[in-house]
Amino acid sequence: MSQIFTVSILQSALELGFIYSLVVLALFISFKILNIADLSTDGCFTLGCAVAASVTISGHPVLALFAAMGAGVLSGFITAFLQTRLGVESILAGIIVNTGLYTVNIAAMGFSANLNLFQCDSIFTMARDFIGESSLVTGGWYKLLLLIVLILVAAVLVTLFLGTRLGLSIRATGDNAAMVKASSINPKFTITVGLCISGSLTALSGGILAQYQKSCDINLGTGMVTIALASLIIGETLIGTGPVAKRVAGVIFGSCLYRFIVAVAIRLNVPAECLKLVSALIVAVAIAFPYIKENARFTKRKYTEMARRKKGGAA
Amino acid sequence: MLELKNIYKTFNAGTVNEKRVLKGLSLSLADGDFATIVGSNGAGKSTMFNAVTGVFYVDSGEIILDGEDITFKKEYFRSKEIGHLFQDPMLGTAPHMTIEENMALAYLRASKGRHGYFSRVSKKDKAMFKEHLRMLDMGLEDRMKQPAGLLSGGQRQALTLIMATMVTPKLLLLDEHTAALDPATAEKVLGLTKNIVAERKITCLMVTHNMHQALTLGNRTLMMDAGNIVFDVSGEERSRLSVEDLLNKFKDNAGKNLDNDRILLSD
Repeated sequence: MSQIFTVSILQSALELGFIYSLVVLALFISFKILNIADLSTDGCFTLGCAVAASVTISGHPVLALFAAMGAGVLSGFITAFLQTRLGVESILAGIIVNTGLYTVNIAAMGFSANLNLFQCDSIFTMARDFIGESSLVTGGWYKLLLLIVLILVAAVLVTLFLGTRLGLSIRATGDNAAMVKASSINPKFTITVGLCISGSLTALSGGILAQYQKSCDINLGTGMVTIALASLIIGETLIGTGPVAKRVAGVIFGSCLYRFIVAVAIRLNVPAECLKLVSALIVAVAIAFPYIKENARFTKRKYTEMARRKKGGAA
Repeated sequence: MLELKNIYKTFNAGTVNEKRVLKGLSLSLADGDFATIVGSNGAGKSTMFNAVTGVFYVDSGEIILDGEDITFKKEYFRSKEIGHLFQDPMLGTAPHMTIEENMALAYLRASKGRHGYFSRVSKKDKAMFKEHLRMLDMGLEDRMKQPAGLLSGGQRQALTLIMATMVTPKLLLLDEHTAALDPATAEKVLGLTKNIVAERKITCLMVTHNMHQALTLGNRTLMMDAGNIVFDVSGEERSRLSVEDLLNKFKDNAGKNLDNDRILLSD
C-alpha cells in the first residue's frame, strides 16, 4: 500500500487538481450559481488549450493565457447569445457551440489534430528560470507553487466579484427568477456576463494545461464536463455549502481530491482506456452519495423505532 | 406621480381563449397617494400592476411615472423606481443568498446612480441594513449571515418590504402582500407597511380583499370590475363610508354584487 501514496503522486495530483479546478470554478458559476447546464465546457476547454498552444509556439507564453481567456469569453458569449437573444434552449445552446468549436479548435491548431510545445518557453519554464538554482527547482515543486499562486488569485478574484453588485445580481438570477424580474436586473445581461466569465476560466484552465503537459490534442476536452461536475459535487459533499469563499474552497478541494482518486486508480493498474469509465463511476457515486446517506439514515431510524415500538407494545 | 391613460390589454387575442382584461383603464395617482384597491375576481387588479411594472406591454394607452413615459420601457428599467410585493412571500428574496447579500443587492441596484457594476457594500452600509432590520423587531438583525430561505414566510415578506423601500421607490405596488401570512404576522407586516409608507410619503397602490382595510388604510379607495375602475373615493366622503356602503357603491356602479370568493367583510 505504501507505494500507492508516494509524494510524487500527491504532487502531480495536486498540480492537475489545481489546473482543472479552474474548469470546476467555471462550472460552479454556470451550473450552481446561474443554474444553467452549460455543455460547451468540453469544446471551450480544448479551445483554450489550442489557442494557448498556438500562441505559445509563436513565443508568447503569458500572452497565450490571456488569448485563451479571450477565446473563452467569446465562446461563452456565443452560448449566452444563443439562449438569451435567439431563444435556443440552454442545454442545446451549449451542445451547438460545443459541436461548432471542434472545427474552430482544429483551425486554431493550424488544421492539425495535435501540437507539441516541447521546445517552447512556458509560464513554467519562466518560473523555473526566475527562481533559479534552488531545491524548489530540483524537486519540481516550482510548478505546484506557480499553480497555487495562479489559482489562489483566480479564486480570490471570483469570490470578490460575487460580492459586487454585478456578482450579486448574477447569483440572484440563478436563485430566484421572479425576484430578478421585479428588481431591475436584466437576466439576459447577467447570464451573458456569467457565461463569459465561466468560459474564460474554462479556457484558461485548458491554456495552462497545454503549457503544463507541453502538448495539445483535439480530443483533450472530451468528458471534461463530467469530470468537472464530479469534482464540484465531491467538493460540495465534503465541504458543504455556505459563504461563497467556503464554496470556492470546496471547488478547489474537490478538484484536487478527484485527481488524487484518479492517480490512485492509475497506480492500481487500471488500464488507461478504462479511465473514462472510472471517471463516470466516480461521478455517479459522488452525486448519489448524499442521497444514499440520507436514505440509509432514515432506514436505520425506521427499523430502530419500529423495533422499539414492538417491544413497547408487548409491555 | 403615476398616470395611466386609457390602457387596453387583451390576452390570447384572436383565439378562443381571448380575454380582454383591461378595457380603457385610466388612473391618476398624486404624489404621496396611498390607494387601496378592491375588486371582483378577474377584475384586472394584478394585470394592472403587471402593466405598470412591465411584465408585458399594453396594447394601447400610456403609462407615465413621475412625468416620464414608461409605456415601452423594459421591465428591469422600470423596477429601478417601482417596488413590487407579491402575495407569495417566496418571490421577493433569493433563498440561497444570505439576508445581508439580499439586502446588499436591493441596495446596490436601486441606487444605481452612485453604484457601478463592481461596487460592494461597505461596513457602514451593513450597519444601516441592521438598523433597518431592527425596525422589524423579528430578531433578523442577528441573523444577517443566514440564507433567506431559512426564514418563515412572514419574515421573508417583511424582509422583501424592507428591501423594496430601503432606497425610497417612486411607486410601491402591494399585491395582497399579507394574504398568505398568518393573522398575527399579517398584522405586523401591515403595520410596518403603514409606517414606512407614511414616514417616507411613498406613493402606493395596495390590492386587498379585506374591505375594512380597504377603507381604513391610506387616503383613497379604488374598486375595480371587468377591467376598469368603477368607484374611486377619497377624502371626507371616504371617511364616512362603512363596509356596507362600499358594497352598495360597488353594486350601483358595476351593476352586480361584488363576487370575490375571498372577500373579508370585517377585520
